Amino acid sequence: MDLLNFARGPALQWSLAILVFGLAWRLTGILLLKAKPDFSEPRASGGFGGAMKMIMSRMWPKPEFVRGSVLDLALGYVFHIGLFLIVFFFLPHILFIKSLTGLSWPNLPNGIIFFIGAVSVAALFALLLQRIMTPVKRLLSNFDDYFSWFITTAAIITGLLAAAHVGARYETLLAIHILTVEALFIWLPFGKLMHTFTVFLSRGATGAAFARKGAAI
Amino acid sequence: MSGSLRTVGEALAERGVSRRAFLKFCSALASTMALPPGVAPAMAEALAKAQRQSVIWLSFQECTGCTESITRSHSPTIENMIFDLISLDYHHTLQAASGTAAEEAREHAMKAHDGKYLLIVDGSIPSKETAYYSTIAGISNYDMLMEAAKGAMAIVAVGSCAAFGGIPMANPNPTGARSVADLVKDKPVINVPGCPPIPVVMTGVLAHVLTFGKLPELDHLGRPKVFFGETIHDRCYRRPFYEQGKFAKTFDDEGARSGWCLYELGCKGPITYNACATTKWNQGTSFPIESGHGCLGCSEPGFWDKGSFYKPLSAGELGKASTIAAAAAIGVAVGAGAAMMSRSRQAKTTGGK
Repeated sequence: MDLLNFARGPALQWSLAILVFGLAWRLTGILLLKAKPDFSEPRASGGFGGAMKMIMSRMWPKPEFVRGSVLDLALGYVFHIGLFLIVFFFLPHILFIKSLTGLSWPNLPNGIIFFIGAVSVAALFALLLQRIMTPVKRLLSNFDDYFSWFITTAAIITGLLAAAHVGARYETLLAIHILTVEALFIWLPFGKLMHTFTVFLSRGATGAAFARKGAAI
Repeated sequence: MSGSLRTVGEALAERGVSRRAFLKFCSALASTMALPPGVAPAMAEALAKAQRQSVIWLSFQECTGCTESITRSHSPTIENMIFDLISLDYHHTLQAASGTAAEEAREHAMKAHDGKYLLIVDGSIPSKETAYYSTIAGISNYDMLMEAAKGAMAIVAVGSCAAFGGIPMANPNPTGARSVADLVKDKPVINVPGCPPIPVVMTGVLAHVLTFGKLPELDHLGRPKVFFGETIHDRCYRRPFYEQGKFAKTFDDEGARSGWCLYELGCKGPITYNACATTKWNQGTSFPIESGHGCLGCSEPGFWDKGSFYKPLSAGELGKASTIAAAAAIGVAVGAGAAMMSRSRQAKTTGGK
């Protein structure tokens, strides 16, 4: 069995199984946690509304905080949106998702995807530099942050190399790209990349709690 | 199919071939092998002085598709090669002799040109332990190959079966089929895969060996780089549509009729190294993708066992759904267990309130 067939076959099956196991473990564990007892009278109703409101309001900082964080936010948005477009609008990726779920949708031209990929990688490197050069961020960062950055960036870079046929034979590059993504699948539930599935859950829970207490959201 | 001691020049003179016609032939040959046109006179001189090369062609577990294909070669034609360049001393399908006479011709050629003949093999070979699965004149394919390989200057494994085991070696490989290179370790082996290989690629490789007296530059799978150096996808005329993100969804939709990329329909062009998109087939008429069907990847090892021909390359082999379901069930159980433990600790801390 060659590397590409290993990546497309057994490695894919095992990485997906670990991803599903990890997601089920983490999400079930979180959702079945008992909420802290709250003996106070609710000051406002509409926990769901509060959750939705906070999910939206925290998409951008309050005006007084924008000045200090606008570059971080812009770079974060660039690579998150870029990643979303690459994952969900590059035809080979759509076909992969279709093979998993049966769902498909129109794709973007490859040239646009490659451009988005290059911009996303640039944004990721800028964010890494900022993380290393800012003392407070450096102090707060641990292995999880750096490895999550590495595996995400590696997935995009190997994809770009495979698409451009640069550095090795195409089937080798493709196999390396698939294996990198599979490493990401395996890491995702156990590190900070889990925020892919929990970001709105946790923000919504906080919003609902705030709403109950009548706090400004 | 004898007389291999004559030079090519003598053979040509006998047939009344002019020097001009021979130079033209050499130019075509040089072009096929991607050599500069200036090489043609030197090739002509070398070939004219060369003795016609003794060639023994052994066919084992195969379908005769490779022979069918080589007879369609247009530059050089198989007739050109047989009459001018080589002495084809043994070939099941093309020789007039049969039975004992045919086998004697092979044995005679092997003795007369010991160490000098070129051995061409098409078809895979049952391994030593299962040699009884395929025999010719009472001799197993395995024994015939090993005996013929001893006196060969080089071996050309023609077709995916000889080069990589091909369809006979596909899972579950009932005959224990092997490729030539799996069995012969002490002779140079040139792999010319394809199911079948492109006619001019086969004759071009033979002409290269005859002209230069050495093997062409080979890739890591023993294939001549000049013909197997680039993927079908790299040289495909539909490539611009791939870049534009325009893909045929079915074989008869508007996209297919407009010549859009066949990636979504399972084309294996991106991982297949061959010259189909450049030399094409039937005297440069077209190649499978041009006829509307995706590349099957037939010149790659194990192409028969790489999943459906119609499954997109990026779709992956997902295996059993039950594995994923089991992973999900175990994950839920572990997560629920963790949450219960947390609740229990919480209850102890708060005294159950």
